Amino acid sequence: MTQPQNAVTQADDHNKVVSMRNVNKWFGQFHVLRDINLSVDKGERIVVCGPSGSGKSTLIRCLNRLEKHQDGDISVHGIELNNDVKNIDEIRREVGMVFQHFNLFPHLSILENCMLAPIWVRKTPRAEAEEIAMHFLTRVKIPEQARKYPGQLSGGQQQRVAIARALCMQPQLMLFDEPTSALDPEMIKEVLDTMVELADDGMTMICVTHEMGFARRVANRVIFMDEGQIVEQNEPEAFFNNPQSDRTKLFLSQILGH
Amino acid sequence: MVRKLPGTATKKIKAKKPIPSAVDAQAGYVRSEDAPLLPPPPSEVGVTGWLYKNIFASMSDFSSISAALKSAFIAVLTLLILYFLATQTIGLLDFAIFSAVWSDPEGLKRQACWTVEQGGALPAGWHAACWPFIQAKAKFIFYGAYPTDDLWRVNMTYAIGVFLLAWVLIERLPYRKMVGALLLTVYPVMAIVLLTGGAFTISTGTIGGATILGLALISIGRLGKAGYITGALGDLSLVAGVCGWVVIAFAVVLAIFSIDFDLEAIDTRDWGGLLITLVVAITGIVASLPLGILLALGRRSEMPVARFLSTVFIEFWRGVPLITVLFMASVMLPLFMPEGVNFDMLLRALIGVTLFSAAYMAEVVRGGLQAIDKGQYEGADAVGLSYWQSMRLIILPQALTHVIPGIVNTFIGLFKDTALVSIVGIFDLLGAAQSTLADAAWSTPVQGLTGYLVVATIFFIFCFGMSRYSMYMEQKLNRSHKI
Repeated sequence: MTQPQNAVTQADDHNKVVSMRNVNKWFGQFHVLRDINLSVDKGERIVVCGPSGSGKSTLIRCLNRLEKHQDGDISVHGIELNNDVKNIDEIRREVGMVFQHFNLFPHLSILENCMLAPIWVRKTPRAEAEEIAMHFLTRVKIPEQARKYPGQLSGGQQQRVAIARALCMQPQLMLFDEPTSALDPEMIKEVLDTMVELADDGMTMICVTHEMGFARRVANRVIFMDEGQIVEQNEPEAFFNNPQSDRTKLFLSQILGH
Repeated sequence: MVRKLPGTATKKIKAKKPIPSAVDAQAGYVRSEDAPLLPPPPSEVGVTGWLYKNIFASMSDFSSISAALKSAFIAVLTLLILYFLATQTIGLLDFAIFSAVWSDPEGLKRQACWTVEQGGALPAGWHAACWPFIQAKAKFIFYGAYPTDDLWRVNMTYAIGVFLLAWVLIERLPYRKMVGALLLTVYPVMAIVLLTGGAFTISTGTIGGATILGLALISIGRLGKAGYITGALGDLSLVAGVCGWVVIAFAVVLAIFSIDFDLEAIDTRDWGGLLITLVVAITGIVASLPLGILLALGRRSEMPVARFLSTVFIEFWRGVPLITVLFMASVMLPLFMPEGVNFDMLLRALIGVTLFSAAYMAEVVRGGLQAIDKGQYEGADAVGLSYWQSMRLIILPQALTHVIPGIVNTFIGLFKDTALVSIVGIFDLLGAAQSTLADAAWSTPVQGLTGYLVVATIFFIFCFGMSRYSMYMEQKLNRSHKI
């Protein structure tokens, strides 16, 4: 997929899916991301946590240009993320995203939601796109809902469709932006189960979530953000059992305390 | 809670505050078997239910004096309204049908619709429609001064248009998209040739030049696609390629217009009546929707120039009355034109009406765009759709569905506004009907009423049809809220 003239491939970056160097971002006067350095290898599963307003969502939204960073370098899948529309399009093809509020297209059926991007962006023939869509809908365990519309599904089902829709583009990297925050407790499990399966299949994932059980079970690395900075990152066992900074300790005591 | 743990729940309630004994006895009560499923009361279903809900619900309460007074008042009001409606309907039917003069076998003209006092044969006090007058003037009301021998051309245009439109609207038929494309591309060209006669004087140089320009642009596009032109110029070359096809299409249309089909040329000044109304309204409707959509997108664009130009355009056209626009088109425009260049008056009016309603359409569409959640844009971006793809596939289908009532409102307004073209000397339906009233041979007291009744009925049929179709579309497209 990657055309050599657009890709800024570096020798040591072969295994790197994401690399962020000295990234800064402002919303008006507000400095929302402060000097972020992060690199994610292929197959890594990262959980990003932190208090609200700490820039977690903004961080992952910068990776597919839903937000524009003003300073620093980001490259995804070896493609430099800059103002070049071609590069942005190419990165978006390789990066799937799942949103807090699902963002399914309500005027299209579940199947059409999943087929849309392969057909229009990847130029996949219709029949093949349908096959791919059904494959991934089966994988998230709702093939029988394919002909329904998003409004007819429960929140958990909608979120699984959203995951299937992202997977239909067969991305290299999946971004999850608080995928379970808008769900009823009983539906959180079905979505998390789907995500665990995805992780077990070796998908590279960056997941903003407050589900610490999920983080413990799935993540290779947990990143803690506060006030726009990466305050701490560690393997989940060490992160939860032996947090280093005071801010992390405070945060963990608050979310694990009840 | 109460059902699951009756004991504890009762205790809790008791602890908080004392409850009257009747409730207290029930608080710990748990159903041991399911309550029976009962049919709804008769006031909810069937004919009685409908009558009750829609008519008697507000006037059947006599439980107190004030409620009884209210019920009586509403009953009296209902009867008054019914009486009013009945007399009006009967009056209209009597005027238009029962007492109307339907034929004039002896060719008496106005005398056929005269009462005894006026010198005719009808009884004194007669007051009803004079249909022979409409029969005599029908050709003018529907076609204006269009030559009688060539009316088949207008009728054929209508017939083909109705046929294609019906094909597109009936959902069971195959190839609807293709027929729709035909309706928007081939049909207008054919209609122009049929109605005007075609054979315009267009020099072969113009057609040849356009063809060469188009081919050149297409080749540039091909080069860009093949990768010979890169960078910003590469994108431009792709645009050039698309423009090339447009130019070629334009050349083809010009070529068709220059062909002599051996049809008599009929100046648009001879067109009139319903023909003008339909030409202006349909052109306006078909052209103003896409233009309005583009303007709305432009006004919400992140590009300052596009946003500025769209805003200026919209505000200018919305700020000027249509009558002023038409006067400008008919009086001012020729002053700016070089000597000898004569721009067809109907064409000028068409452009004026189209741009005018496009500005309104743009604001309606913008309202729809604003109702779309930001998440939809982000969802479309995240799966990698381009701007135009996400607009066409995700945003506009939803936005336009939201504003179908507003869009059809603008269409209906446009249809009725076509009557204004009569002030610049174009005889639309109303203008044509009005001009027939000047014919002294049919001068009767009911001449005007009959003429206006016909005009009003025709306008109503078209506008009501649009309104009903829009309601059908709304229901059909409303699947996003289906739960």
